[in-house]
Amino acid sequence: MNAASKRILVDPLHVDNPITLQVLGICSALAVTTKLETALVMSAALTFVMVLSNVSISLLRNMIPSSIRIITQLAIIASLVIIADQILKAFVYDVSKQLSVFVGLIITNCIVMGRAEAFAMANGPRKSFIDGLGNSLGYAVILLIVAFFRELFGSGKIYGMTVMETVNNGGWYNPNGLMVLSPGAFFLIGFIIWVQRAVTKSLQEEN
Amino acid sequence: MDFSNRYIVTFATGLCLVCSLIVSSIAVGLKDRIEANKLLDKRTMVLRVAGLVEREAKPTMEEVEIYFENIETIVIERGSGSVLDVEPATVDPRKQAKAAGLSSKVSGVFAKESALKSVADRQLVYLVRTPGKESVVFPVYGNGLWSTMYGFLCLKPDLKEVVGIIYYEQGETAGLGGEVENPTWLDKWPGKKGLDDRDTILVEVVKSGQVKDPTTQVDGISGATITSVAVTSMLRFWFSDEGYGPALANIRNAANGG
Repeated sequence: MNAASKRILVDPLHVDNPITLQVLGICSALAVTTKLETALVMSAALTFVMVLSNVSISLLRNMIPSSIRIITQLAIIASLVIIADQILKAFVYDVSKQLSVFVGLIITNCIVMGRAEAFAMANGPRKSFIDGLGNSLGYAVILLIVAFFRELFGSGKIYGMTVMETVNNGGWYNPNGLMVLSPGAFFLIGFIIWVQRAVTKSLQEEN
Repeated sequence: MDFSNRYIVTFATGLCLVCSLIVSSIAVGLKDRIEANKLLDKRTMVLRVAGLVEREAKPTMEEVEIYFENIETIVIERGSGSVLDVEPATVDPRKQAKAAGLSSKVSGVFAKESALKSVADRQLVYLVRTPGKESVVFPVYGNGLWSTMYGFLCLKPDLKEVVGIIYYEQGETAGLGGEVENPTWLDKWPGKKGLDDRDTILVEVVKSGQVKDPTTQVDGISGATITSVAVTSMLRFWFSDEGYGPALANIRNAANGG
């Protein structure tokens, strides 16, 4: 892999992260991150949709008339989302039940269409594949970090396994109610952005 | 790049065709599997609430089939209370909840309390005949804070005592209202009084920490007042004249006799 491809893959993980830097895809980042399991499956579903949509749109990029390009992208993404949803329902029914509408809402996830419009329409399928993968991993990283803390402090568990017995179950840990509510995710994402900017000086705007 | 109008129309049509072909073939291909999953999930919940399997257990389809040999599914009509002689598989109370001719409006106080506008006329009730574990499983549902909560209430064959309650689908706040799925909370239900002699439902959820009569009152979930109230409301609705009320005598007969 040459340097350019590597940047396409690695940049979205940190310095060009779709959630914390571009602030896209926030809605699902709030909704599915109360547990690691749902966050993980959601990330997998998004990766599936984003990689395939990027590749197929990139393959068609010279055939798509620009006057109907948005609706074309939407049609492709919507088809992929339905497929992802059906696959989840067929193979991991329990998790798909918890994710409920949020898999379907990948259609409206700005990251997917943003990458299709900004990258896949202008680059070859190989690069688009890497870009799709990079951005979904960037999304996944943030989702997993947020879900880890929300699950730990909100219900005293890590990936469904109890580490801090909650008072409701006769333990000692009094769960933090804020963490299970959506605002908790906002605070966590805010913290992540703060840490990211503090660590990497290049992300800070000049005054 | 400039494309002719004809090209654009052809491209759009072609794309739609290809997309719909792919989507529908995958949907059709997976349909059986998805339907089987749904059925298995629902039946597993019936087994769990009736105490035939552990609450965490995930039996396979074959195991569920064996249990269901001892479980009779009956179809009752909500208004008249009669037991209908129709194939249970054709009855889907959830799909038919708003279907014309198959549902009716919820009236008066219950429309407000349970927040259900319309409910299917035909409902399924499960009669568990497994020796030593006889019980009746009633599907119940109603609106909580964010979502419609679907569950089962299981009563002893004389309907006077609660065997258990379970929620299998809800979208309440995880950690607060979502605790209706918490095993510790569900464990508070068995043994509570079910229906009294006039078929009024006695068991109710009260505010957290305010249980006065432990034979009928279940401690509420703290931080989830609306969800807790919704549980009580839906039980009152489903065991009222608009719910299973008129059918209770028939159900009791079927559960104890035939």
